[in-house]
Parts: sequence; C-alpha cells; structure tokens
Amino acid sequence: MKIHEYQGKEILKKFGVTVPRGKPALSVEEAVKVAEELGGRVWVVKAQIHAGGRGKGGGVKVAKSLDEVGIYAKAILGMQLKTHQTGPEGQKVRRLLIEEGADIKHEYYCAALTDRATQNVAMMASSEGGMDIEEVAKKTPEKIIKVFVDPLVGLTDAQANQLAAGIGVPAGSVAQAVDTFKKLYTCYMETDASLAEINPLILEGNGNIKALDAKFNFDSNALYRHPEIVAYRDLDEEDADEIEASKHDLAYISLDGNIGCLVNGAGLAMATMDTIKLFGAEPANFLDVGGGATTEKVTEAFKIMLKNPKVKGILVNIFGGIMKCDTIAEGVVAAARETHLSVPLVVRMKGTNDELGKQILKDSGLPIISADSMAEAATKIVAAVK
Amino acid sequence: MSIFINKDTKVITQGLTGKTGQFHTEKCQEYANGKNCFVAGVNPKKAGERVLDIPIFASVKEAKAQTGASVSVIYVPPAGAADAIWEACEADLDLVICITEGIPVRDMLVVRNKMKAREAAGGKKTLLLGPNCPGLITPDEIKIGIMPGHIHRKGRIGVVSRSGTLTYEAVAQVTEIGMGQSSAVGIGGDPINGLKHIDIMRAFNDDPDTDAVIMIGEIGGPDEAEAAVWCKANMKKPIVGFIAGVTAPSGKRMGHAGALISGGADTADAKLAIMEECGFTVTRNPSEMGKLLKGLLK
Repeated sequence: MKIHEYQGKEILKKFGVTVPRGKPALSVEEAVKVAEELGGRVWVVKAQIHAGGRGKGGGVKVAKSLDEVGIYAKAILGMQLKTHQTGPEGQKVRRLLIEEGADIKHEYYCAALTDRATQNVAMMASSEGGMDIEEVAKKTPEKIIKVFVDPLVGLTDAQANQLAAGIGVPAGSVAQAVDTFKKLYTCYMETDASLAEINPLILEGNGNIKALDAKFNFDSNALYRHPEIVAYRDLDEEDADEIEASKHDLAYISLDGNIGCLVNGAGLAMATMDTIKLFGAEPANFLDVGGGATTEKVTEAFKIMLKNPKVKGILVNIFGGIMKCDTIAEGVVAAARETHLSVPLVVRMKGTNDELGKQILKDSGLPIISADSMAEAATKIVAAVK
Repeated sequence: MSIFINKDTKVITQGLTGKTGQFHTEKCQEYANGKNCFVAGVNPKKAGERVLDIPIFASVKEAKAQTGASVSVIYVPPAGAADAIWEACEADLDLVICITEGIPVRDMLVVRNKMKAREAAGGKKTLLLGPNCPGLITPDEIKIGIMPGHIHRKGRIGVVSRSGTLTYEAVAQVTEIGMGQSSAVGIGGDPINGLKHIDIMRAFNDDPDTDAVIMIGEIGGPDEAEAAVWCKANMKKPIVGFIAGVTAPSGKRMGHAGALISGGADTADAKLAIMEECGFTVTRNPSEMGKLLKGLLK
C-alpha cells in the first residue's frame, strides 16, 4: 500500500527524523492559511499524488509571497499531473502539501528496503540525491552505497557511519546523518514497510540534515497490525476496478490489451498472459480468482473484465486442484448468462473433474469455445477476436 | 528414491485442528501411504485429543519425541505462522513445509535470520520449504501439501516451480506424455522464503532416480539466475526452463527500488537469456514444457 508524501513525513517525524514544517491543504484558501500560519518568506506548494517525478511534471512550485502560494495552489489543485509513473493520462491532484522553504546546500538519497538475496534489510545512500535513483544506478552505480542489515542486530553504528562517509557528509553533520539513517531503519521495521525512501535528504546551510521528501510502500500482509497506516489509504489514488476486485478477494490488474483473462493462481495467470502474447494478441488484464472460486466470484470477475471497453474476447484458464472444474464451469455459465456476454469466450479446464466441467459448458447451449491446452486456448481466442 | 521425502517419512501437522489443516490433511492421508505418514498434530489447548484419528500433542518437540516424526507441515494462520516455523526449528526437525499464505515479510525476515544464526552457532540445520507454497509430493509414496494427488504419476522427472497451479500444469504435461515425476516441489511465491531453485536443483542432481528436471520461475528476484549459473557448472541432467511474466507490469509487482537492488536481472527476458546461456532448453510457450522434455530424453 502506498501513501502520500505528507503522510510519510508524519510517520518520519513520529520516529524522530527532521522534516520541514508543513501541513496538507485541500483548497486554495486552506493553502494560503497554512502558509500564513507557517510564517516566513518562502513556501513550497507540492502536489500530493502517489507517484514520483512530480517536480518535473510541474507539481512542485516555490512561492515567494502568500499571493504566489494562492496562485500556485490554484494552478496545481485539480490538474492532471503527468509524470513517468502516472501513465499518459496523468493523475488528478486533489491534495497539496504546503511547507516552509529549505536552504539546500546538498541533496542526498537514502532508502531502506528488503533484499531477497541476503534476506536482510538493505540500506542505501547516495551523494546524488534529488534525481531519479534508477538513472544514478545505471550511469554511476559506484555512487550508491549499500549496507545489509541483519534484523536480529539492527543497523550498527559502523554501518551507519559507512553510509555517511560513503556519500560524503561533511564532518560536522555526520552525527545527524547517522542518527537519521538509524531512525529510518527503525521506522522501516516498526511500520512493516516494504520501501522507505527519502529523496532528497538535504544538508542545510547551517549543517542540519532534513528529509525533504518521503516515499513509503507497506507490506499488505502486515496491514492487519497497523490500523494507523490503513487510515492513510487514499482510494482516489487507486484504480477503481482494482478496488472493486479486491472487495471480492480477486487479484486484478488492468493492462492495455484486448483479451480479458481469468485464471486461478498468480503463476499460471502470468503464464496465460504470456501465451496470449506469444500467439499474437495482448492481455487486457491480470486476474487471479484464487483457490476458492465460487459462482459469485466468477460472475464478479466477468463483470470487472467486461467493464473495460477494450475487451474483445475472454480466455478462462483453470487448473482444477482442490477447486473442481465442474464448479467453475457452473460459475462460468452463470456469469456468461448474467452479464449477457457478447464477446467470444474460450475456456480451458484441466485437472479435477475436467470432463464434467466441459460437459456443463457444452450443455449450456452458450457459444463457449473449449480448448485442451493453454496454447490451443490462446490460438482460438486470438482467432476469434480478429 | 526421491528428494527430501518418501513413503517412510513421518509428518507432524501444525494447524491440524483448524479447518484448512484438517481438510488438506485428510486428502494427504488418502494419498498413497499417507495414512501411516501423518502421525501427529500440534495444539497446546487440545493435547490428548485426536483429529482424523491423529493424536494431538502440546508442542512440536513432544510430537517429535512421541512419534519420531522428522518433518512438519504448517497451516497455521499468517499471524502465528512464523512462530510455528521457529517452533519446528527448535524441535530439530529435518524439514518444515509452510503452506500458509500472507505472512508479514518482517516476520519471515526475522525467523530466517534466527534460523541462520542457530545453524551458525552449531545448531541443527532445519530446511524450510515455503511459505505460501503448495508443498512437496513424491508420487505413489507421499504427498505433503495442497496439490491434487491424482494428476501425478511415479516417474523420473523432477519439477520445481514457485507457484501452485503452474507446478500442476507442468506435472500434468509430464504425466500426459506418458512419463512421471520423481518429486514435484512448489517453493512458494513469497520474497523471503526457505529452499530456493538452486537447493532443489542440487537435490535433483544428487537423486539417482531423477533423469531430467523442469524448472519454472517468475519475474522478480535473483533466484532463478543463481540456480542457472550453478547448473551450468554442476548439473549432470537436462533441464527445461520457463519463466512466467514476460507480459507482467513490473512496477505493479515490486517498487522501483526493488528492481534496482537486484541489478536489473530480474525480468522474465533477462532470466530466460541467462538460463539459455547456462544450457537450459528454455521455452516461451508454457504448453510445450512436456514435449520439449520428451525430446531431450530421446
């Protein structure tokens, strides 16, 4: 689960990391009021969406008067902000963060994430903050310093010092940088984050270290023990169909192709999508109905797929194990009837009770095309939509 | 022979008193020698009772002492599953198979590092399969997990994959072409897990009753590439390889910093290329895994 920058900064602050003073605002009036309360002469007006690259897209402006705060707030609120992470249609800005200005002497990068290979927490830092870290990794990988933290030990002083020295923090600020890295690590672990990134982490003119941005992802398996983080969820930032799917316990991701697919199991679902592509078409979605698909679940899955106007055909691929093919077949027939299915439907069933399942499809009188293998199913659906 | 388990393996079920554990244990009992293999359940509040005619003990340690079991399978709900894994390790079992899906990553990080520390301090090395996996089967001998038994057939092909249904797909193809499996293993889809592709490939390489292997992977993480490099230097048996996720949107499955740390070698295309370079017969068509395998053994 992702959250907004201002929410991330609230969390960082709770763990003792220094962040600029600031507050979220939902309207132009509120933005000006927040700026007035903050005082000072320079403010930053920042669009709050769940995507990076906001500055480049025109979603971050420095205001030198309260009037300018109002002008920028008006321009940014409601805009379709396009960044490299939003896709071409952009994301509508509904919230702002108004912050005090900062005296930036240098921009660093730091992040915590789980490393699969070492089964440790990787803490990374770089002297090249404020820019796309993937670019840094590509062009100057030596400028990214990594340490691997054993969760039974925690981030040691030596490791934190290694990070600070590796990115060239000046001597007078090393203690603060070390403290920040340690707090970021604690925050990462205690909130069950899967990514905690500060980019940029800045050195101010007075030598202070401050987090100018905050990006968090949280482990969805652990949300049950973090009601305070679930409260941060902003449904406006998520795909409406994906939210609807999750209500029915379906894993759904919309894609750009025209073949809807409904599969049980994430691995088989990906393999099915790959097969569709191999035979000349593109999948319209990823959809895993999981282990316990009922008629209701299959019907909901059909409804969600068919909401996508690009869908010109559907491929169902089920490997019956504990879940029986006849049960699924009944679900598919009921779903096709209820949704008055008008696009071609190819069903491939294998495993427990597959013959029974095929008979149910045949007896339904619906124009359902049957297939024995994934390749045959893909060939048939690609031919049917052409 | 087979890898890790056979008809004489004695198994403890952690979570036998729950609905899921009971449902699947009953199916495992019905499969081959299962009735004799599943010898104990664990629940401190129900010690002394019997479920499916299997005695319940207060702890894994006691269950092991009373029955001589060396393997456990876990169906405990996510919040308590990592503790269940640790309990099995502390009881010095040989192998723990964790079926549970949805365990917090931090819990797995902690328990995996505890396991490594215990081993480094001279403690017993307990193998972990999973979590979030279908389990492990040696056809006609024993099935530990949630896979459908009837699609398997005893034979000489090893199968390893992360996901459940994709493992079944490969197994069914092998069975359909008239061959069978020595063992079939699902290592699970979680980022922090126990046995990896490389460990399973090593076991199949050492197993005199395995002639060839189907290795299936997915996008994300370095495991398949590591296994491929190991196989190039050590594997004496032919391998068919497939990686799922050529069309999967990477950003949806992992944060961009996650792709960064693994060095960018974790796309399906990159993994397929490494596997091919290491001598695997790779395919982009998951329907022809069985057919390719047959060709290799002619």
